[in-house]
Amino acid sequence: MNSALLLTAPAAVPLLTAAAYALTGTRTPRPGRHPAAWPGLVSPLAILLCGTLLAAGVLKGGARTACSGLLRADALTVWMLLVVGAVALIACGATPAYLAGERTAERTTARTARRYHVLVHAFLAAMCLAVVSANLGVLWVAVEATTIVTAFLVGHRRTRTSVEAAWKYVVICSAGIALAFLGTVLIYYAARQAGIAEAWALDWPTLVARSGRLDPAVTRLGITLVVLGFGAKAGLIPLHAWLPDAHSQAPAPVSALMSGVLLSVAFAAILRYRVIADAALGTDFTRLLLAGIALLTLALAAGLLLSQRDYKRMLAYSSMEHMSLIALAAAIGGPLALSAALLHIAGHGLAKSVAFCASGRILQLTGTTRIGRVRGLLARTPAVAGLFGCAVVALMAFPPFSLFASELGIARAGFRAGSGLAPVMAAALVLVLVAFAAFAARTARMLFGPAPAPPAVPEGTAVWPLGLGLAACAALGVSLGPLTGLLHAAARAIGGH
Amino acid sequence: MSSGLYTQLLDLACGAFLLAAVIVLWRHELAALVRAFALQGVALAAIAVFLGGHEERWDLIAVGLGIGVLRAGVLPYLMRRALAALAADRGSEEVRETQPLVNVAASLLTAALLTLLAYAVGRPLTRLDPTPAAHALPVGLAVVLIGFFVLATRRRALAQVVGFLLLDNGITATAFLATSGVPLIVELGVSFDVLLAVLVLQILTTRMREAFGTTDIDDLRELHDR
Repeated sequence: MNSALLLTAPAAVPLLTAAAYALTGTRTPRPGRHPAAWPGLVSPLAILLCGTLLAAGVLKGGARTACSGLLRADALTVWMLLVVGAVALIACGATPAYLAGERTAERTTARTARRYHVLVHAFLAAMCLAVVSANLGVLWVAVEATTIVTAFLVGHRRTRTSVEAAWKYVVICSAGIALAFLGTVLIYYAARQAGIAEAWALDWPTLVARSGRLDPAVTRLGITLVVLGFGAKAGLIPLHAWLPDAHSQAPAPVSALMSGVLLSVAFAAILRYRVIADAALGTDFTRLLLAGIALLTLALAAGLLLSQRDYKRMLAYSSMEHMSLIALAAAIGGPLALSAALLHIAGHGLAKSVAFCASGRILQLTGTTRIGRVRGLLARTPAVAGLFGCAVVALMAFPPFSLFASELGIARAGFRAGSGLAPVMAAALVLVLVAFAAFAARTARMLFGPAPAPPAVPEGTAVWPLGLGLAACAALGVSLGPLTGLLHAAARAIGGH
Repeated sequence: MSSGLYTQLLDLACGAFLLAAVIVLWRHELAALVRAFALQGVALAAIAVFLGGHEERWDLIAVGLGIGVLRAGVLPYLMRRALAALAADRGSEEVRETQPLVNVAASLLTAALLTLLAYAVGRPLTRLDPTPAAHALPVGLAVVLIGFFVLATRRRALAQVVGFLLLDNGITATAFLATSGVPLIVELGVSFDVLLAVLVLQILTTRMREAFGTTDIDDLRELHDR
């Protein structure tokens, strides 16, 4: 099939869906009529379809390019596209029930619901563009665009807390990601000085092929800025402060997308730059940088999980914990660690989006995000509470869920990699255990116990996307099946030889 | 353009560029901050135009003029409009930075230290390609650092926006001085993103005033971990 079509569709279809939602608003809507939610499933399905078709092509014939080299699909692109599509399917599938709940509570109108749909699909388009772009400058533009379109999603409810969260989100992420742009400029400078032509000096494959000629001092400065900048968007220290606020205030399906894929799309950018840096500087520099940032983020997340009293913020800090594990795997490097990192991205995306979507339903049923005020969920709403519990179990990396396999892989690679990383790995495992204990104790308090009141609201019908997400996460943990070749090819593409 | 005159004009524009950032640290009225930012936009456009004239590249001159329109015209206009809305609604206490976290003398001293730091960090960059433009490159880095400082120490929402834009101007200047600008498609994307970010922040400022009754960032303290 035409690779230009397959490469443009993942960004173009969500953009068209967003436009379609925007255009239905130009006619005066009848009162009480809300925009249909089912077209929302078109974008995730299109992304998944393009990902599958591209996977076959990439595994058979290597990387595909289109639009005079601006768009490119290698195995990493395909892996990320599949993860984005799967998580978007869960989030968009849970959206109708979520919006119905908001309408019952009179927190949303036809107008705000339409704006919500427009922004969510624009958000998906920006993420897909970031994934398929071969030009590191366009990649930056797409990641910054995600900040802009999600700003009003974070502030969707217009309360004091959500306005505060949106302000912090835009200011910290824009300033942080500006650092990544400065880093990109410096890499471009180094590439131009190394004799690469203007049109190709930000092209990822060209840079990888000629990275040995980049000036080490300039590259070192550039890479540090890039890791700090995209790290801000991926929820890593030191510019992580927006994350718990934004994730706790955004509507549940948006939190699911932000936590499940936005963080890892930003981290995929770091993985791309890491290949260039390793060839120009040797592996020690990025290893030290990423391991240090990962350990600090992990320590902060574990500490704050211990003192957490709000379940949506608890899930947000758990995202930081998992992102730092992925960063640690990137620091270790090598085929095993990089494959484990990519598998962890997929497993975390699936499990966390289920957890966030379920938490949105719990918030609608109980009216509070305080852990202490939620009791007896299992007796009250067995289906939602059961799914939430299973998702938390998956996030604690129990088998059969795939996070068990990936964390085991990261730990094995860490202890095998050499004497320098063994103490780091040991410290990380202790911190993961602390987070695990906090997570387990808090969730148990919410789930068990007698129901405080009769279930006044009927359970939503949004159980199928969440069940599907958990099933996919468990299936990945048992066997990769047809994805095995793709995962190894993706790890090879980012330097796991 | 003779090379001596070019170097002098370029250095003059870079000097004005840095000076505008220092004026932002010095003044407390938000209107003065916006004026200083507009002045910096003019200096940035001048840098691009001088570089384009020197290299005889018309596309670079056109990009420079476009950047001038955006950063000395459109963005200051948007901020002035937000400021006028604030003044009409809340009176004079909203248009001044009341109690910045760091006083003026300490801010100016910090700016001097940050500039020194920028020159120290920028040494490998200058050494790689010692042209007059690359010698002025640390000025861009210094403005990036000053922008971060403004962002971290000012309390009014609009002052923070000015800080973010200083940061962005600094990066654009660095890109011009190092490599005569990034490729056009990237430059267009970046300018568009910045414009949208400012529009988003402007709308959020309005919502913040509706929700909190002020644009003082210190009042944003409802979200915390306990």
